[in-house]
Amino acid sequence: MSAEQAVTTPKGGDKRLKMLDAAMRRQQFQPDALLEVLHAAQELYGFLAPEVLLHIGRSLKVPPSRVYGVATFYNHFTLKPKGEHTCTVCMGTACYVKGAGEIHEALRKEFQLAKGQTTTEDGKLSVVVARCVGACGIAPALVYDHEMVGGLTPESAVARARRWGP
Amino acid sequence: MTGESLEQIAARRQAAREAQRCRISVCSGLGCESVGGEAVLSRIRERMEAEGLAGATEVYPTGCRGLCQRGPIVEVEWKEGGAARNHLYLDVDAERADRIALAHAREGGPPADLPSHAGDPFFTRQTKIVLANAGAIDPEEIESCIAAGAYSALEKALTDMTPADVIQEITRSGLRGRGGGGYPTGLKWSTVAKEQGARKFVVCNGDEGDPGAFMDRSVLEGDPHEVLEGMAIAAYAVGAEQGYVYVRAEYPLAIKRLRAAIKQAERQNLLGSHILDTAFNFRVDVRTGAGAFVCGEETALIASIEGNRGTPRPRPPYPATSGLWGHPTLINNVETLANVPAIVRNGSAWFAGIGTEKSKGTKVFALAGQIKNTGLIEVPMGITLREIIFEIGGGIPEGRRFKAAQTGGPSGGCIPARFLDLPVDYESLQQVGTIMGSGGLIVMDESSCMVDVARFFVEFCREESCGKCIPCRSGTVQIHSILDRITRGRGELADLDRLGELADLLRSTSLCGLGQTAPNPVVSTIRYFREEYLAHVVERRCPAGVCTMSAGAAAERSARAHEGVTP
Repeated sequence: MSAEQAVTTPKGGDKRLKMLDAAMRRQQFQPDALLEVLHAAQELYGFLAPEVLLHIGRSLKVPPSRVYGVATFYNHFTLKPKGEHTCTVCMGTACYVKGAGEIHEALRKEFQLAKGQTTTEDGKLSVVVARCVGACGIAPALVYDHEMVGGLTPESAVARARRWGP
Repeated sequence: MTGESLEQIAARRQAAREAQRCRISVCSGLGCESVGGEAVLSRIRERMEAEGLAGATEVYPTGCRGLCQRGPIVEVEWKEGGAARNHLYLDVDAERADRIALAHAREGGPPADLPSHAGDPFFTRQTKIVLANAGAIDPEEIESCIAAGAYSALEKALTDMTPADVIQEITRSGLRGRGGGGYPTGLKWSTVAKEQGARKFVVCNGDEGDPGAFMDRSVLEGDPHEVLEGMAIAAYAVGAEQGYVYVRAEYPLAIKRLRAAIKQAERQNLLGSHILDTAFNFRVDVRTGAGAFVCGEETALIASIEGNRGTPRPRPPYPATSGLWGHPTLINNVETLANVPAIVRNGSAWFAGIGTEKSKGTKVFALAGQIKNTGLIEVPMGITLREIIFEIGGGIPEGRRFKAAQTGGPSGGCIPARFLDLPVDYESLQQVGTIMGSGGLIVMDESSCMVDVARFFVEFCREESCGKCIPCRSGTVQIHSILDRITRGRGELADLDRLGELADLLRSTSLCGLGQTAPNPVVSTIRYFREEYLAHVVERRCPAGVCTMSAGAAAERSARAHEGVTP
């Protein structure tokens, strides 16, 4: 299977590649729009697969080394698929002094995540850390998928994440 | 172009407002949103519709009101016997929203048991320039911003002033960079203006990476047009036709509002070609960051906008001479640019009248940590820390004692209790070993361990070091491992000297600000809280009880105690 095929393989009428191409067209295939395009791709696919990176590189006429370099440099981009749901623990200073470390630890323990592991075995949940989501006024804050929740304790944070689970 | 001038739009909106029975604004800042602000807004709207007052009242969302801890915040403005009245409600839930809506709809006044908080010191002790409109306008609707004066400064600059006049005004105002460095803004502008070049750029740095800071997010979310107007004025002054706003990916709402604001401004002929029917053209694009703290450094930010890895390069040449794609580029922080419209509108003398001798105007601070009123405040330069923390911030919760205030994030330092009466400005903070920084102010009480806090910041810098220069890449790892050892109860006295040596090395040899300032939290905590470090390395205990000293250390301690040896 060639790299090109992998991206275009329709999965239940997959229009994502077309949407990615449209996003690149909007940027007139400018090489300097690489970050914007990577954002668009991650929004569409959830993560950046090697085939997607190659496709972007070819379209924007940017060498694969640079695409890979940029994609791995920034924390926001992920090359591995995330879980169905993502729980982002803010580790900004305000959240940290209000106990974000304990919340993170409690979540990792609850969902049995080994050192270095961020996604559960069944692919249901990812627990990740953010530098600072700027919600310092309601610290400690967590982002459940796209929803921001503040003033949490280890117990309430785990209970909320459990709602997604079986 | 709608054919309507800014004054006409403002007058039309003003007349419409006069005709209304009351105006109800609900804070839509991130803090209030997370506790159901949107539900409160739609609830009040529904109630007003049910009362048949949908047309006679204006119910709208505003930007951040600052007091995130007590959200959702609702303000009602109405007229009573010709006098303007207003009432500020805190902690509004669905039930209170109902009662507020009904009371104002039926009785024309507030419910008797809900007092107004408009007179609270948190609100009255502030001086608002940057955030003046954030709590009064609907940031997603340009006409409400124009009614509050948006773009009138741009109009004044384009029609009554030459670019040199604008630069002179900014220089005279004494405005300094609000990103933390405090470089005189007027000087930066005139450097870029003097450069010869076919193309120039204006970049707004919204990569607010400091953990514990959210001023720029609130400004971009609450009043995006203020920043765009500031950029346009800057572009006119330095001769640029293209601008970029670089915003962190962590701020999706700010990005959304900014994009919408740019579209609306273009439609009103306030951005784009022949702005306000003059020869001035200026386009703005949004560039989204992707989670790299180093991109707040200007040369790294430029690399990132160009679509590369965000690594800094040696300066000179400074971006003012050679920035984006080698062209002269003006880079200013969000808050700096947000000050510009008010300075142009009210004159430099007005602005220079606020603040201290060398630091003019106001500063927005994000109050967080162990403090009662967490949220966003704007205060005049020269205010004391005591006023900020105990009067505006309401003091420390649960009767605990104040220990330190941290400013400047990972590049800053801690201020101990004995400097509480220090007037806050660029110079005084530098004297006590920290920096103004972008405005994060984290309050710590006796439950925080200063060694652990230093370790936290160094860990941050270690993770965020881009790896280009060795002092920063390896130095942050070394400092972190020493601090980690100390917080595990395995440190030794000589570690304190090692930390001092490493700090000197990083400061003098790192390529960019990240590495040069990374040791600041360590140096400042050793300077003011040396006894805490000594407790960790000599007595092998953590006075605040935060660090999990290893079992070995604990056993050693109890063995010593048994033997009656005092370390």
